[in-house]
Amino acid sequence: MTNILHNLSLAIVLLPLIGGLIAGLFGKRIGIRGAHWVTIIPVGLSFFLSVLLAKFVIIDGQSYNGVIYTWAVSGSFHFDVGFLIDNLTALMMLIVTFVSFMVHIYSVGYMQGDKGYQRFFSYISVFTFAMLMLVTANNFLQLFFGWEGVGLVSYLLIGFWYNREAANFGSLKAFLVNRVGDFGFILAISGILNYFGTVDYAQVFAQVPALAKAHTMISIFPGAQWSVITVICILLFIGAMGKSAQMPLHVWLPESMEGPTPISALIHAATMVTAGVFMVARMSPIFAFSQTALSMVLVIGAAGALFTGLVAIVQTDIKRVVAYSTLSQLGYMIAALGASAYSAGIFHLMTHACFKALLFLSAGSVIIAMHHDQDMRNMGNLKKYMPITYVCFLIGALALAAIPPFSGFYSKDAIIEAIHAATVPGAKFAYVCVLLGSFVTALYIFRAFFYTFHTKERMDEKLRSELKESSWVVCLPLILLAIPSVIIGALLVKPMLFSQHTILSKAVFMLPGQDVLKKIAIDFHGAFAMTLHSIKTLPFWFAVSGIFVAWLSYIALPQLPSILTKRFAWIYQILQDKYGFDDFNQLVFVRGCQRLAKACYLVGDKKILDHGLVNGSGRLVVWASAIGRKLQTGYLYHYAFAMIIGLLAILIWLVF
Amino acid sequence: MMSLTGYLIVGALLFGISLAGIIINRKNLILLLMCVELMLLAVNTNFIAFSHYLNDLQGEIFVFFILTVAAAEAAIGLAILMVLFRKRRTINVEELNTLKG
Repeated sequence: MTNILHNLSLAIVLLPLIGGLIAGLFGKRIGIRGAHWVTIIPVGLSFFLSVLLAKFVIIDGQSYNGVIYTWAVSGSFHFDVGFLIDNLTALMMLIVTFVSFMVHIYSVGYMQGDKGYQRFFSYISVFTFAMLMLVTANNFLQLFFGWEGVGLVSYLLIGFWYNREAANFGSLKAFLVNRVGDFGFILAISGILNYFGTVDYAQVFAQVPALAKAHTMISIFPGAQWSVITVICILLFIGAMGKSAQMPLHVWLPESMEGPTPISALIHAATMVTAGVFMVARMSPIFAFSQTALSMVLVIGAAGALFTGLVAIVQTDIKRVVAYSTLSQLGYMIAALGASAYSAGIFHLMTHACFKALLFLSAGSVIIAMHHDQDMRNMGNLKKYMPITYVCFLIGALALAAIPPFSGFYSKDAIIEAIHAATVPGAKFAYVCVLLGSFVTALYIFRAFFYTFHTKERMDEKLRSELKESSWVVCLPLILLAIPSVIIGALLVKPMLFSQHTILSKAVFMLPGQDVLKKIAIDFHGAFAMTLHSIKTLPFWFAVSGIFVAWLSYIALPQLPSILTKRFAWIYQILQDKYGFDDFNQLVFVRGCQRLAKACYLVGDKKILDHGLVNGSGRLVVWASAIGRKLQTGYLYHYAFAMIIGLLAILIWLVF
Repeated sequence: MMSLTGYLIVGALLFGISLAGIIINRKNLILLLMCVELMLLAVNTNFIAFSHYLNDLQGEIFVFFILTVAAAEAAIGLAILMVLFRKRRTINVEELNTLKG
């Protein structure tokens, strides 16, 4: 049986790589049709094999943990490539391959006629490979490999249209901000290697309780003692903050929207950005022993959920609204992890992957119809022209706003309840944030919805005459994503969160008393009852009032937003400035770096290297030869004299 | 029989004269060549003196070689001098300083 799992996971991981390599290396030869077939088929196969794997693992309860290849051995350290296949991995593989498969199909329509068609398909297939390596890893080094692999492909794809300045800027920003997070991650891995002597998950996790009991301390600054576990957890979380775009390392995600929309759906909404969430859930045996780290995770996640959501309200670019919404939803997931409700976090990751990919791809469909204009101020009343996209976007929006019985409701409601029940320091603050966040979420997404699909038509006459529903390759993934966006919440809420043995109960670890989902499970009487009960709960009314306010200000009283922006100009300005994170980074880090680089250039390069070493050696030769040439007068008798002097000198030396 | 010292003094004198000729003479290139020849003769004198004194014929054989080489050298030197004169219309040592650094 383990053999089957081994071969299955190997096939799932390697198929996209093969497809991607063929499309990348032989793109010219296989042509456009060849490029999408050669990548779609392996990814599709991967998806079906993942379904099979999920059946073996989740339903039959199999698991696998083994080494496939030894990468390097150095002294007592082993660096292996290995798979750890358990419920968490199987779920993630299912999500990754499913969304990737949908996005591959969708891209056939979206990327039509693009010059980099083959390159695009090659990249997204390689991305799928890297992401699968990340989730299947059984050690930290392979996790890091996948982590960097997805980061690299993300960089390449944000800058996919490399002749656009904004795209290059965005890709560089994403890459650099992620480096900050990765720095923390590398330090964490080094710390783990130092204190545990191994990078293998199982061996590390087995040693954590002993280390926690011993209260091992580390002194980073002289005089300040830190618990090693806390330090490792916080460093790991800094890595997660970079990849999962948590404040203050979130600045790259809105910028990443310069990439093609399928990429925003696949990488910057459904899969890669959730790597941080996955990682923290995977590391739950370490995080469980650090109250401080959990509290930090909770507060940062919850604050991000509320504050980035607020920014989404003032955006006018349809993709940016969805991008800020992703930031906010990632905040929810992270907050759930902080409250030790790992299952709820991963559950929200799943539902979010479906409905956010749906929202992005719907937005992409709108963008295709609008001839790549993303500004909502030029849209309006698109429901008349694009009924399928309209319905799909509506489903996505309802799921995002957590309206029962759409999938987002179950996961988000569980998160809010779990944070309410949590006892970690900062839980009260986090609860207020996520509760207000549910109002804000509904407000911004329905603002975008009404603004795009209702209200009066603001596009010009020529564009209006060309507006039409997108082709079937675009609509099919929308429909296929809309179905799980509606149903998986209600279907999976019991097995994921509230049954005796939840799907993830073996994959994640909590100390006794940390399991908040157990506490709130007492009030759970089935998905249907939960749906009915929702009308008596606060989050539901917050969400509904959010939709109502959006309706009020864009349909009923269209002049309301402009009055409000005038009245509360300073709040509006703060939101427009995105709390000044970008300006701060620009001012301190970018300018600072530029100044430093300029100083290095002027002093180090120009003065020391150029002037001192390079030109200096030249000048030394000139100076030495200016003296030397004086000896060469051109007069024979001088030479003869020198010869004789030399001769005498040799003679004297020989004789005496 | 004269002592070895006498011959050596003569050789050293000849060498010194030719040396002085090379250094002091700043006009004529032919004089220079002659001084070089004279220098070789001074060396030859030494060779012969030692050869006789030590009863060893090797020194005299050397002298023959040196004379042969000196003859060849003088021939080449004069030939060069001819060419130089044709080109520069002068054999004044003072003016021949184009190899100056």
